Formats: sequence, structure tokens, C-alpha cells
Amino acid sequence: MSVQTSMQAVLKSVDKPVAIAFVFILVMLLAGSLYSSSFLSANYLLQQLQVAAFLGIIASGVMLVILLGHIDLSIPWLVTVGGMMSTAAAGWWGPEWAIPFGVFCGLVFGLINGLGVAILRVPSMIFTLGINAVAQGVMVLHTGGFAPQDHATKLMHWLAVDRSLLGIPNAVFIWAIIGIAVVVLLKRTPLGRYIYAIGNQEAATFLSGVNTKAVLIACFAISGMCSAMAGVLLAGYSNKGYQAMGDPYLLPAIAAVVLGGTHILGGRGSYLGTVAGVILISLLQSILSVMQMPEAGRQIIYGCVIIAMLLVYGRGQKVQS
Amino acid sequence: MKDLKLRLGQSQGVLLAILVFVLMFTLYIANHPAGLTVPVATTAANKAVLLALVAMAQTLPVLTGGLDLSVGMIFIMTNCVASSLVSGDPWQVAVGIVIVLLTGALAGFVNGAIVVYGRLQPIITTLATGAVYYGIALLLRPVPGGEVDEDLADIMTYTVFEVVPTSLVLLLAVVVIIWLPFRNSVIGRGCYAVGSAEGAAYMSGVSIDRSKLAAYTLSGLLAGVAGLMLTFITFSGEASAPIGGTYTLNSIAAVVIGGTSLYGGTGGAIGSIFGAFILRTIDDLLFVFDLPPLWQPLFQGVVLLVAVSLGAARVFRIRNRLELFK
Amino acid sequence: MTDPQASSRNAVHPGSAFWRMQGIGKRYGGVVALEDVDFACAPGAIHAILGENGAGKSTLIKIAAGVVQPSAGKLVLDGAEVTFATPQAANSQGTVCIFQELSLMPDLSVADNICMAEPPCRWGLIDHREQRRRAEALLSRVGCEDVHPLELVKNLPLSRRQMVEIAKALGRNPRMLILDEATSALTAADVEKVYEILRDLRRQGMAILYISHRMHEIEELADTCSVFRNGRHIETFAKGARSDNEIVQLMIGREYTQIYPAKPVRETRPVPELEVSKLSWSNRLSEISLSVGKGEIVGLGGLDGQGQRELLLALFGVLRGVSGEVKIDGNKVRLSSPRFAKSDEIGVALIPEDRKSEGLLLPMSVRDNISMASIGRFTRGIFIDRQRQNAEIDEMARRLSIKVGDIDDPVATLSGGNQQKVVIAKWLMTDARIVLLNDPTRGIDVGTKQEIYQLLRDLADAGTAILLYTTDYDELIGCCDRVSIMYDGRIVRELTGDAINEENIVASALNLTLDGQAETAKPAGEPL
Repeated sequence: MSVQTSMQAVLKSVDKPVAIAFVFILVMLLAGSLYSSSFLSANYLLQQLQVAAFLGIIASGVMLVILLGHIDLSIPWLVTVGGMMSTAAAGWWGPEWAIPFGVFCGLVFGLINGLGVAILRVPSMIFTLGINAVAQGVMVLHTGGFAPQDHATKLMHWLAVDRSLLGIPNAVFIWAIIGIAVVVLLKRTPLGRYIYAIGNQEAATFLSGVNTKAVLIACFAISGMCSAMAGVLLAGYSNKGYQAMGDPYLLPAIAAVVLGGTHILGGRGSYLGTVAGVILISLLQSILSVMQMPEAGRQIIYGCVIIAMLLVYGRGQKVQS
Repeated sequence: MKDLKLRLGQSQGVLLAILVFVLMFTLYIANHPAGLTVPVATTAANKAVLLALVAMAQTLPVLTGGLDLSVGMIFIMTNCVASSLVSGDPWQVAVGIVIVLLTGALAGFVNGAIVVYGRLQPIITTLATGAVYYGIALLLRPVPGGEVDEDLADIMTYTVFEVVPTSLVLLLAVVVIIWLPFRNSVIGRGCYAVGSAEGAAYMSGVSIDRSKLAAYTLSGLLAGVAGLMLTFITFSGEASAPIGGTYTLNSIAAVVIGGTSLYGGTGGAIGSIFGAFILRTIDDLLFVFDLPPLWQPLFQGVVLLVAVSLGAARVFRIRNRLELFK
Repeated sequence: MTDPQASSRNAVHPGSAFWRMQGIGKRYGGVVALEDVDFACAPGAIHAILGENGAGKSTLIKIAAGVVQPSAGKLVLDGAEVTFATPQAANSQGTVCIFQELSLMPDLSVADNICMAEPPCRWGLIDHREQRRRAEALLSRVGCEDVHPLELVKNLPLSRRQMVEIAKALGRNPRMLILDEATSALTAADVEKVYEILRDLRRQGMAILYISHRMHEIEELADTCSVFRNGRHIETFAKGARSDNEIVQLMIGREYTQIYPAKPVRETRPVPELEVSKLSWSNRLSEISLSVGKGEIVGLGGLDGQGQRELLLALFGVLRGVSGEVKIDGNKVRLSSPRFAKSDEIGVALIPEDRKSEGLLLPMSVRDNISMASIGRFTRGIFIDRQRQNAEIDEMARRLSIKVGDIDDPVATLSGGNQQKVVIAKWLMTDARIVLLNDPTRGIDVGTKQEIYQLLRDLADAGTAILLYTTDYDELIGCCDRVSIMYDGRIVRELTGDAINEENIVASALNLTLDGQAETAKPAGEPL
């Protein structure tokens, strides 16, 4: 298999995943509308977007890490840290501290992730797993030891639940702001260029005189902040922060990024694809629940759909020589 | 002499894991109010063997340079299958056990087939199939329950000749009957070759597809053995996502602590067994040292983090920074 | 060389050839790697294949070894047509290849590696004792009794690995053995040993295809030589039928003196830009002293793997724990990282050894690759000023005449020569004052090579200091104002002026004393 021919194949398929993902979304909406006409109503769609926003914010950070060729398995408990620390901060110092402190805690854990991966060069899979366990430990200690306040502040609730401008949910605005920031970061800044470069060939990037360590640390820190921010909103949504609130988000976040065409080994992918992946996953979950599919069937269909979609376009090259 | 030195040098990781385990276990027994009695050892062994089996299952894909994020879910799924089938008259029990093991192997085979023929990345493949296996487990056991042949369960969870915990005998049997022959077979060595350098393995005539398929299938089988054992211990089946997740994550940690490289090619299941024992003994130590229960999860997390960071010593010895990227 | 086509295509007696290629062609996408090749091998003979990089040699042996399939033509073995779908298929028919990129698995033991394909088995399991015995026998056959069969391959030095590779190939009992640059990593003693083995195998009737860039090796070993150029089989002749000069002309297809730009004549030595004294690192570099003047091209020579690569990496801030002193433009500096080395106050650039893994980001666009080292210069606030950047990139691409359909195409779609130009362009964008090059013309067509030589000379004329490591003696002779030869981590000789010739380079590379050349070839380290 020559590099040239394989590259041409890659070239042609660059935007294929994104296109396929959007086609899937349309097909799902149409199929859903056959089942119930409310599927195409603006209200239903906005509701879907609102639910998708939480996943979208997490996926934004995860995408940066995956673009580097790494992975962040500390999402579940960093989401929880965001949710629980923001509510706790509101209790300790007042409601205005809630969101900044929640996100700050995510940043701290994200930085440690980055340091472990960039400086100690522990494989990200295992290091972020360790951080996940540590974050869990801290949260257990926190709830048990100090009987903290776990109620979301009014602002958190407003951000997560209410709709303001044009009836669009506030959470969607937050996702949009984060999304635009990520797009600008990836397309317009040196950091974005370096992220793709490291995902393609870290040694070559280092030899181009790029501070690769700083790039790695920055991305893990952003991922930690995104997870925590999603946790803050989730706490606002359900009005409190609680343990294991982030558990259901690991697989969907990674799946959304990968279904959106980002290569799991890094270096390739667009944010538009991630948006498509996030909407796709949220819609799939929603349709399965509207159909009153039991949890078991949902999980099975969910897994099969991910595999099937990846088989359609995500296949790697056969190894030779 | 040179032989011995080389062999020792090449099994440093395993030896270190064994040493750490022996030290920790001695510390545990020394501080245990009852000392080393058969019941204490049996309880410790039953818990440890579960993780050891799952860690062995994780080792095989890791050796080929892959990963299996679905081992915990296969473990849960086979537990649920066993809670439905392994009961009744001896024939039914026997057939049930065979079906449980085949279920595990089939699940592993599916993972392998998707990775090999579908050419998808193992991480994302097994993340997705894990959801499927969990779904199947839920389908079988929407609520915890079921039953298992009690006589057999008693035999498996107590002792042989009232001295040796049966679970340890089972583990030893798995090592002798499954792992060692595999390790010394052409296909088993193919797994190491593929994990070490896939391109070179191809050039050397190693059947890459067959090696990977075998690794994932055997991994599923071992997870099935663990699921069966879980059923004997709990007398029931439960489709619990947290348990599956925890076992998957701990199995990866056990593999790393046992000296197997996540990049593939080096290590082995023996190391992973002791890696699992170490993780379990940490829990036990926290218990005998009366660490407040609230501190335990944090302590476990920190120990895990430190353990996986120990490999970083290598990083600081590297003098050519390009080697960092290999 | 009036018309190569007219001379006999094949000097091997047709009756004795048991293995032949007929009309073999191979295309990669639109690129023709081999075209209409007829070629044959006889048992009991060493057949050398000569040709420049990109002449099609490596494709030829890949087809012979079953790694790639030809797009046209057929392979005939013992009179019957065969197809090799995999390397195993070729192996089972007695064709075994020793590749340049090692086919060893680093985490496995030497014995495991040697017996990887067909291990001795008992009851379905690998018989380790027998395997070890076999490995020991093969190792002693290649004179590597010092290698323990249980040692892991990754713990062996490169030269031992290469010998293990040879032992592994012999273990397959080949009828035809193909060696691709198999001696490039070996020490002189090992090379002798390999020659001995090869001659021995020839006596036993094995057919040996030998690919090497070293003319003297071919003179010493080969019975027959075949020259390839641009994917075509140009000529096959018996050893001694052609002079070296004729062979070189066959290889490059034109007069070879023309390809290098003229060197400037200097009365005095230029002001040093880079001065290195007593630089040592690990056990690979010891007490290296060297200087490169403004506008000067200094060559690094010697056998492969004598520390040249490490020296360049040290000067680019990649290595940790480097001792000694480095002065740039008279100022002492500590090169702590590539980021610092490329900064304005230092201004060092490195064109690395392996462009695919160290120089380029293959799936990314030509534009992104060219800008990778200099994005920092095109920022406004935190954003990239794309207009300014693109203007400069386009200008650079024009200046180096990089042939590319669209500058936003992935760099992987370019030919090797254009890829290397992209790497060079990337570093020219930083306006480096010192350019370090590690074998920049490897695997590049003659035309592009010539452009690169001209470019280097132009850069030097504009005042850049250039340190060029190359494995090609001709380049040292044709390009460099001075040449320092390295051996075992030291600079053993510095050649200037007319002393830069092949004999001196070869002799110095083997660390032999130069007879009758003492006046011009001064040992390095002495002040000139």
C-alpha cells in the first residue's frame, strides 16, 4: 500500500464522516416523525439541543485530547467534581463563587492529567484513569466529611434549564460559546495547528521547535475545564450535585467525537463533525427513550449503531511491512 | 549463570510485583487480628482471584498492542448467564458451565473479529461492544437474582483439604491449562511479536490476524471464567454497570502494575495476577489499619496513580529526547 | 556508453538462471517505480544491483520477497510462473530477504526472533531447547557467539541486530538470499565476516542478490552487476567489464561532474559562525571540536552510525547532558531545546534524518508543514495572520520550486524530492543562520538533488553556515568546503581542498592513516 494512494483515499474521505453523520441525523428525525409527529416540532428539537449541550461541552474538551492522539478517561469524575464543587463553593463562600470554583477544580485536575502525560509520559489512558480514581476519592471524602451544601445556585439553574433569547435554551448558548472558542482555537491559533501536528507526529512537531509539553498540558487542562463546566450545568439542571453524576457521559462523549470523524489515534477531525456526533448520540438516546425501549435494548442498539457507523467509514489501513 | 541473569532481568516487572505483593500481604497478615487462618486466606483469595482472572483477560489484548474496555462487561454478562443456567441436575450444571464459557469466548471473538476484519481501533470497538454486552446482561437480569448450584458454589469458594482456597487452585489451573500453553504456542508468541512490532512480525511470517483473534477470544474466555466464579461467590447474577466498569479499570491498572507494557510486546499474565493481588491487598490493608472508610477511595486512587507513575523513572534517564516519542 | 539498450541486457548465461523476472512493472498510483524489467539470477553467484536511490532497486526486491505485488509481468522460478502474495510465500519458495529496515521484534529474545517463522515444536508447543540450539548454531555461523540467544533484541547494539537479522535469514534455508544494504550498520570486522559468509554461501550454490551503495564492496564481492535507473534495468555485465566511471555514468545517466555547483575559492578562512569545542555526550560523542564559518559548507563523513546523527541532534538541543562548549557567533550558548535552538538569537535549523517521521506531518497540508517552525512569526495577538503567512509560504514554495498541485494538499501526496524541499522550506522560513542537515538527499531523484546542492551553495553564499552529514561520498566531495570524518564518536580527520577525495574519505572512515597525504589532511583538533 503506497503512501500516495492511501493518502488520496484519506483525502476523498475527509468530510465523508461529517456528511454521513448529518445524513444519519436526518434519517433518524424522519423515522422518528413517522413514529410521532412531535419529532419535527421546534420545541422537541430545542429540547434535544438542550440535552445535547451538556454532552457537547464535554465532547469539546475530549476532542482536543483525542486530536492529540491521547484519551481522557477522567471525564466521569471530573464532571462530578464540577457539579459538586460548584454547589459546595456556593455554600462556603456564596453563590457568586459557585461556577468559577467548579470550573477551577476541573482545571486543576486537568492540569495534573497534562503533567502526568506530558512530563512523566505515562500513557494517558492509565494516568487519566488514576486521576479519575483520585477525583472520586476526593468527592467521597468531601460528601462524607463536611456534609456540604449540594444545592445549585439560581444562576446555575437558570443557565441549565431556562430559555431566554428566542426561546433558545441558555445551555445551548454556552455550548455555542465554547464551540466557537474551540473552532477559533483549532483554526486560527498556533496552538490549534500544534494540536493537529502532535496528533500526526509528535517527534516531528518537537523537532520543529514546538513546546509540545505545553500543548499537551493545555489540552488536558481545557478538557478538565469543559468536563467541570458540564458538571456545573448538570448540577443546575437537576438542582444539585451528586456522586457519580458524570458516569453516563464517558462512552457518549468519546463516541460522539469518533462518530464525528475525529480519528481516535489523533491528528484528524473537525469540530463540525463533533457537533454532528453529539447531536446524533443525543437523538439516538432520545428516540430510544421515546420508544420506551428498555435500558437493555437501548444499550445494545447504542453499541451496535456505533460499531456499524464506524465500520462504514472509520476503518484503518491494513498493516503491511 | 548468564541464562539466569538474563531471565531474571527480563522478568524484573513480574518479580517486583511478586515482591511487593509478598511484603504487603505479610504486613496485612501481621496486622490482622486473626493472623493467617484458613478463613482469612480464603476470603482474601476469593476476592483477589476474581480480579486476577479479569486482569489475565485484559493482558492478552494488551500484549498485542490493543486494549479491551469490555472485559468488565463480559464478566458481568457471563455472571448473568451463569445465574440462569448453572443450576439443576449435574448434567444441566455441566452444560451450563460450558455455555457460560462459550459465551465469554464468543464475546471476545466478536471483539477480535471487529478489530481484525473491521480494522477498527480496539479502544473504541470494545467501548461500544461493552455497551452491547452490558445490554445483554440487563436483558437476562433486569433485576439482581437467579441462582447457582449451591454445592458447586460451596466447593469453589471454600478450600481443598481445608487448607488451600479452591479459588487459588482454580487460578493455578487456568494458568497451567490456558496461559502457559498459550504463551508457549506459536500463536501466543505471535501475539508478543505483533505487539512488539507489527510490521516486522508481518515480514517474519507471523499470522497477525490469527494471533489477534486468538488473543481477544481467549480474553473473553478468561473473563467468562471470572464471571462464573463471581456467580459462585455471590450466588446470583447482577447486571451492574459500576461493577463492570470498576473491574475493567482495575484490570488495566493490574496489568500495568504487573509489568506489562500498554504498548504491547512485553509482560505476561503472571505479572497481571500479582498486579491484581496487590490492588486487592491495598484494600485489605486499609481495612486492617482502620483507615476511616471515607478516606479509602482517595487512598486507593493515589496508590494507583503513584504505581502507574513509577515507570516515569525511565523518562528521566533518557538522554536523547527523541526516544521519548517512541 | 553509446546506447545502453543495445548492449546485452543480461550477461548471465540463460541456462543457469533459475529465477527470472519477465516484463515486471510496478506503479504506485501514478508513479512508475519499475517498468518492463527483465532480470535473472543464477545459483552460485553474487549478483550486485546498482542504482541511485529511487532507481527501483527497493521495489525490485520487495517484489522478489513478496512484500508487494507487481502490476505487470511475471516471476519465473525453475521455469514455472509463481506469485508471492506474502513474504511467507516467497520464503517457502526459498527466497529470503534481509531488509534495510530491520524485521526484528525488539521485545523478543534473539532465539525467538531467529525462529519466528517456523519454530521447532513438540506437542504443539514451541520447543525452547531445540529453538535455542538452532539459534546458537546460526549465531555461530555468522560469527556472533557473543550474542546470547536469550538476550532481548532491543538490548543489542545496532550492528549485532543486523547480524541477528542475517542469522535469521540463513535459518530459513534460502536458495536465494537478498541483502539490501545489509552492511550499512556493521563494524569493519563484521563486514569482513559477512563477506566470508557470502562467499561461503556462493560456494554452496546459493543465489545472492546484493544491493549496496559502496562501490568497493561490489568490486570485492560481485560476480555480476546490474544497473538500474529510473525504474528500468539498464544493463547487466560481468564484474570488471566496466570501469567505475562508466558504472556511475550508467547509474546517473549523464556526466556526473555537472551536478555540483562550483565551490568558491577562498584565500582566508571565513569568520566562524558555529564553534564547538570538546563536546561530549553519553558514550556516543567524545571531545568533538569543530567550527563552521559563515558562508561555509562543512561536511560530516564516516561510516554510518559513528555519532554524526547525535552530533547534529546535540547542536539542535535535542540531547540532554551534553558537555563541552558551543559558541554561536562568538557567544557561548547552552542549547537546551529545539525551541531555543530555532529562536532568533540562536538561529539553528535541523533537517532531520527521517523526513517521514521527524521532518513532516504527512497527512497535513504543504502549507501547514512549511509554516510549522515559524508560525510564531505570523501571529497577531493570539491569532495567526494568515494573509501574511500565506504570502510568505507561497513565495518560499516558488523559490524552492516545490511542485504541488494545490498547496493545501497533504504533503504525503508529493514525491520524495518535493517532500524534502518542504522540510527545507520549513526551516528557511525561520531565517536560520546555521543549517544542520542529516542526509538530506537520501531517496531523492537526481534532478532534485542537484537543486538542493545549488540551494545549499546559494544559502552559503548568502552567509549561512551549513553542516552537512551525508552517507554519499560524492556529496562530501562535490558539495563541501571542508569535511570532518567521524569514527566512534570522535572526529578523526579533517580534509580540505584537494584532499577531499574518495580514497581519503574511505580510509579515514575506517580510521586508517593516510599515506602520502599528511600535508593536506591534517588530523582534526589541531589549529589550522
